[in-house]
Amino acid sequence: MKISIERATLLKAVGQAQSVVERRNTIPILANVLMEAEGDTVSFRATDLDIEVVDKAPAQVERAGATTVSAVMLHEIVRKLPDGALVQLTDDGASGRLTVQAGRSVFSLATLPKEDFPVMASSEYSANFSAPAPMLRRLFDKSKFAISTEETRYYLNGVYMHVAQGEQGPALRCVATDGHRLARIDAPLPQGADDMPGVIVPRKTVGELRKLLEDDEAQIAVSVSETKVRFATPAITLTSKVIDGTFPDYSRVIPIGNTRRLEVDAAEFAKAVDRVATVSSERSRAVKLSLDEDRLILSVNAPDSGAAEEELAVAYGDEKLDIGFNAKYLLEIASQVDRENAVFLFNSSGDPTLMREGNDTSAVYVVMPMRV
Amino acid sequence: MPALCRDCLTTFQTGPRCPACRSPRIVAHPELLTLSIAHMDCDAFYASVEKRDNPELRGVPVIVGGAKRGVVSTCCYLARIKGVRSAMPMFQALRLCPEAVVIKPRGSHYAAVSRQIRALMDAMTPVVEPLSLDEAFLDLTGTERLHKAPPAVLLARLLKRMEEELGLTGSVGLSHNKFLAKIASDLDKPRGFSVIGRADTAAFLKGKPVRMIWGVGAASQAQLDAAGIRTFDDLARWDRKDLIQRFGQIGDRLWHLARGEDFRRVTPNEPMKSISAETTFDDDIADRDLLDGHVWRLSEKVTDRAKAKGLAGRTVTLKLKRADFTTITRRHTLREPTQMADRLYREAADLLAHVGGRDAYRLIGVGLSDIVAASAADLTPDLLDPDAKRRAGAERAADAIRARFGADAIVKGRALR
Repeated sequence: MKISIERATLLKAVGQAQSVVERRNTIPILANVLMEAEGDTVSFRATDLDIEVVDKAPAQVERAGATTVSAVMLHEIVRKLPDGALVQLTDDGASGRLTVQAGRSVFSLATLPKEDFPVMASSEYSANFSAPAPMLRRLFDKSKFAISTEETRYYLNGVYMHVAQGEQGPALRCVATDGHRLARIDAPLPQGADDMPGVIVPRKTVGELRKLLEDDEAQIAVSVSETKVRFATPAITLTSKVIDGTFPDYSRVIPIGNTRRLEVDAAEFAKAVDRVATVSSERSRAVKLSLDEDRLILSVNAPDSGAAEEELAVAYGDEKLDIGFNAKYLLEIASQVDRENAVFLFNSSGDPTLMREGNDTSAVYVVMPMRV
Repeated sequence: MPALCRDCLTTFQTGPRCPACRSPRIVAHPELLTLSIAHMDCDAFYASVEKRDNPELRGVPVIVGGAKRGVVSTCCYLARIKGVRSAMPMFQALRLCPEAVVIKPRGSHYAAVSRQIRALMDAMTPVVEPLSLDEAFLDLTGTERLHKAPPAVLLARLLKRMEEELGLTGSVGLSHNKFLAKIASDLDKPRGFSVIGRADTAAFLKGKPVRMIWGVGAASQAQLDAAGIRTFDDLARWDRKDLIQRFGQIGDRLWHLARGEDFRRVTPNEPMKSISAETTFDDDIADRDLLDGHVWRLSEKVTDRAKAKGLAGRTVTLKLKRADFTTITRRHTLREPTQMADRLYREAADLLAHVGGRDAYRLIGVGLSDIVAASAADLTPDLLDPDAKRRAGAERAADAIRARFGADAIVKGRALR
């Protein structure tokens, strides 16, 4: 193999590869990126056995071929090369070394045979559809904060992507929850997605997917089966196993009869929560919301460290209510609101509270109150 | 050299007998009247309480401990003569001393007696650090002016009052730090009173085995052995840096101990680090349903204690001991501390479910650690487990019933498995 490739192009491809490989590996080849040069493209393939990413980049291929080298090391080298450099990668099959050359810098990296590289088995996808990048970005960005890290309930360690009946018709829906808060985000169901099985997309995959969604104009080809999900742009293909488990019936969790309505400027609210939470103890971080006629008092009382209080002008017309929340959860859901006011719907101080943006029901958040 | 009569508490200059009452029970030491860190340890506490309460047991060997499969908690000195020791498996103890009377421990009774002893100690100094029901460290520094008597006299009076008022004997070690005080109390048991002064510390430690250090069990001993350290002399030869490098933080402590130095203060009310309960079975159990029943009972026991103390814990530990005595521990940290039996049981049962295999176990234990105040516990209900709220309500109600009508007034079905 002998190729020449732009430093910026190479950096992007290797960057994606090195974030997929696990830092601690018992199988050496899993730390490597597989490079395959043919025609006028080089494909970079990396896997942790659960996720596989393939990035095709344009290059000048003098001699076709394939080899594998450490993804992290190649990335570090390319990152440190000067901007605008042309990088030459030469694999001399016999020596077991890959030569990386740019300007006057020359590196020689150990390789492992391409035959040893595990390629994820291809599978039949039962649904194939195309979705605009901004739509997927919204679905996952607004839900991923609620993904659980708890290992005992492994089926919560991802975003549940499925087809549902939304308020405005059939929807592609993403739900994530850790048992303390929940996010439910809807988007109009793309054509061809009707028969998509519901899948739990793992946290790491959600993180990798995000890198495919930067371009507002891009259309993402999505393929889903019971066990795998694939997202593809013309250049990059991300294939991932899904979490083998049953996502709990979240619909029971979303309150429908909450009547006490609070409307507040989300940014002001978030700043105030952040300010008063400064004095709360590291572990519980409970903030009390005291609601009265058009008035919200946020307060924290931490016996060991101090107390804080702040008043906000809000729209609230129901009876008085005192309710406590974990400050972190409030901040996270408030930061999801970017266009209109945040609307909170309460029932009692012990029941789940619902939050949405204005009257938009395509993104709702549920948060469990805390005893204060 | 100053001396003290342990019977009439007279202080005098050295002599073979007390000039006041002619008693031979005297303790003499050059630093007797200036040392103020003490360790008091009751003699065969549980057994002594049993003998006191039942005079028929006076002349017979008494072993307090679990039934057939249990271990010896305490045994009286008659049993010790036969070779019975604490923590020895009961079958072995009974082989050594078949005529012994075995008594099941009466925990709450001993705790009540312990509180009486504690009251006597509290009257001497506010700085009492109990290590268990039957032993405590006392820092008597600065109490001489208040009591108009030096610490040694106060300690002798404590032992005398324990004998006269409570019918129990104890031993005292008096020194200049906790490490040496604890060693001293053990030197002259029972009814002992030993002193290790600053001047004789080095001479005392010379040639003594390092397993005298409290906390050095078989495992640490093996590590020390591997480093060629058997006695304090071996330890003293080591360079401080090397000890730290080899043993970590403990290494620094060992270096100081080798010089008879211990900078730990006597701290009253050491905050509780964990709450746990375990049970040893009469016959090994492999049946998961039976084990599950034990997990529930132990969870309830642990949370009962947590609730009584207003505490909660964030980390759940499950401990299992196989028939071959190998131990398995599994741990899980909760997102929020709890003091609810239901929550603890669910976590512990889940940990048990994840321990694979069909092994039979001889012991099972459940514990809560990472202890916090109850006010920081069980604050956020679980969205995905709406029934948890009802179960918590039921548990609080059951607690109230049991508080009023006794522990057996209401029990869960799974406790009967």
